Amino acid sequence: MVTQKFKILMVLVALLALAIIVPNSGSFVVLLTTRALCFAILAMSLDILLGFTGLASLGQAAYFGVGAYLTAVLATKFGFGLGWDFWLVVLLGMLLGAALAAFFGLFAIRATGVYFLMITLALGQCVWGLAYRWNSVTGGDNGINMNGRPAFGLDLTNEITFFYLVFAFFVASMAIMYVLVRSPFGRSLEGIRERELRMQILGYNTWLHKYIAFIIAGAFGGLAGVLWAHTNGHVSPENVVLTTSVDALLMVVLGGAGTLVGAVIGSAIVFGLREYLSTLVPWWQYALGAVYVLTILYLPTGLMGIPARIRQWRGSGKSEDSTKLTAKALASKPS
Amino acid sequence: MSTDTQTSGGATPVLELKGLCKSFGGLHATRDVSLRIMAGDRKAIIGPNGAGKTTLFNLITGIYPATSGNILLFGQDVTTWPSHRRTALGMARTFQVTSLFPKLTVLDNVLLAIKGLRPSKFVMWRVLSSYRDVYEKAHQLLEQANFLDRKDTEVRNLSHGEQRQLEIILGLASDPKILLLDEPAAGLSSGESIEMTKFLMGLDPKLAILLIEHDMDVVFDVADEISVLHFGEVLETGSPEQIHSSARVQEIYLGTD
Repeated sequence: MVTQKFKILMVLVALLALAIIVPNSGSFVVLLTTRALCFAILAMSLDILLGFTGLASLGQAAYFGVGAYLTAVLATKFGFGLGWDFWLVVLLGMLLGAALAAFFGLFAIRATGVYFLMITLALGQCVWGLAYRWNSVTGGDNGINMNGRPAFGLDLTNEITFFYLVFAFFVASMAIMYVLVRSPFGRSLEGIRERELRMQILGYNTWLHKYIAFIIAGAFGGLAGVLWAHTNGHVSPENVVLTTSVDALLMVVLGGAGTLVGAVIGSAIVFGLREYLSTLVPWWQYALGAVYVLTILYLPTGLMGIPARIRQWRGSGKSEDSTKLTAKALASKPS
Repeated sequence: MSTDTQTSGGATPVLELKGLCKSFGGLHATRDVSLRIMAGDRKAIIGPNGAGKTTLFNLITGIYPATSGNILLFGQDVTTWPSHRRTALGMARTFQVTSLFPKLTVLDNVLLAIKGLRPSKFVMWRVLSSYRDVYEKAHQLLEQANFLDRKDTEVRNLSHGEQRQLEIILGLASDPKILLLDEPAAGLSSGESIEMTKFLMGLDPKLAILLIEHDMDVVFDVADEISVLHFGEVLETGSPEQIHSSARVQEIYLGTD
């Protein structure tokens, strides 16, 4: 039995390894990892909805997009957010993501299942339409080219320094979301995922809980967008389009919904496969597609579900019997 | 039946229904049901399948809106309130079809139930396991029901009888003043049924219970008063003996009309 403390230790070791190994690899790896970390924040924010609350959203790119566009517009049009005020932009990006989610949530949260999926998809596409059409602000199809990263004591043009900045945001987001999902509020989301009606009868205003979760996910989506804008140096409607939402969703499912870590692994695999395979073979998209299909068919719990699967397969029912036996043995004992 | 709003003793009923009706299109599932439950009352509702018993519970707990009539909890008109606000007044219910959180452990199920009425359910900056008082309360509840040894078992791995029992534990977790039990003995063996009856009779005598049940042994042991529901209407109300010997009740159950 793997205890919670051991799991946390494993994640910490993995993070430490990442912080040491990546900067000592080539510049390509540094850039790739920085990008993957931005998307990992987005995927984790979606995991709060999909994995913990049971709401499959297809519009998460909208919050990512508004965060990215906000950063780009402020930097290029107003020269804002290129010094210490970068931190203000981070805050504003999260607030804008949260505000947009608060508005969209009014329409989306009343629905569940596939209807929720359709509404979030439609709302997400509205944001894409805005990015695509509002030429004077967003630059339309061309997007916005940003010149230079913020400078505040740190030299962020150095890719390794910038990697550490994104890494720090990533670790902080992960820690905050980890505490969130284990807090009374986070556990209530799991209850809603399992059986919403019962939660209402137990005294929870389930609409409000889902609405708050939606807003929090939006805020982290906005943060991911702000970081992405500076990572990429270019923001375009491609960041807001449906494909980006789908990518985030697939990252969560691939890694394992409801685990947070799974979203990070999913993000790493998608970016890794996409970047490396595309340099090797022209049919790399088929390989990515095959990975998705196989995961959904044979690993509905994602890659994070593999250990449990192996345990189940090796025990093949034995483990369940033994728990029942011990339970009975304990029950028969006079206490 | 309930023409006067205040009772003779001046005490407010825990739950009062006044001319409650519910229609689904042309189907009248509940017709003019009036009922009054005082603190500590043990009341049962019986009736053939499709009589509208569970619908009545869904109206009382706010899952369905009432078509007409009023629902009063502790003297307050809650007819249009959502479920969670009614629960906050001191009401709890169990479900006929087991309605637990299958992928969570027994302990987590109980923790969720306890947290339901505490303002700290919105706290997100502190992990749940740091709330000592909630854990102690959960342990106490599980100990009372002899469930402590299975607290880390996932609920989907429990037997049906154990799940039925856990249903009631979740109902009791919020310290309700009135408990609505929807067929607590559904699908239990006769031995388990007797266990369940004992458990129900051992509950706090100040707790009001409204019980739906098909198992007449359970009903006659637990309830002081029985109402018979037929096609959504209260046909007869009386003591267990009266109901037992009523010709009309026998008629509807045996179907000789």
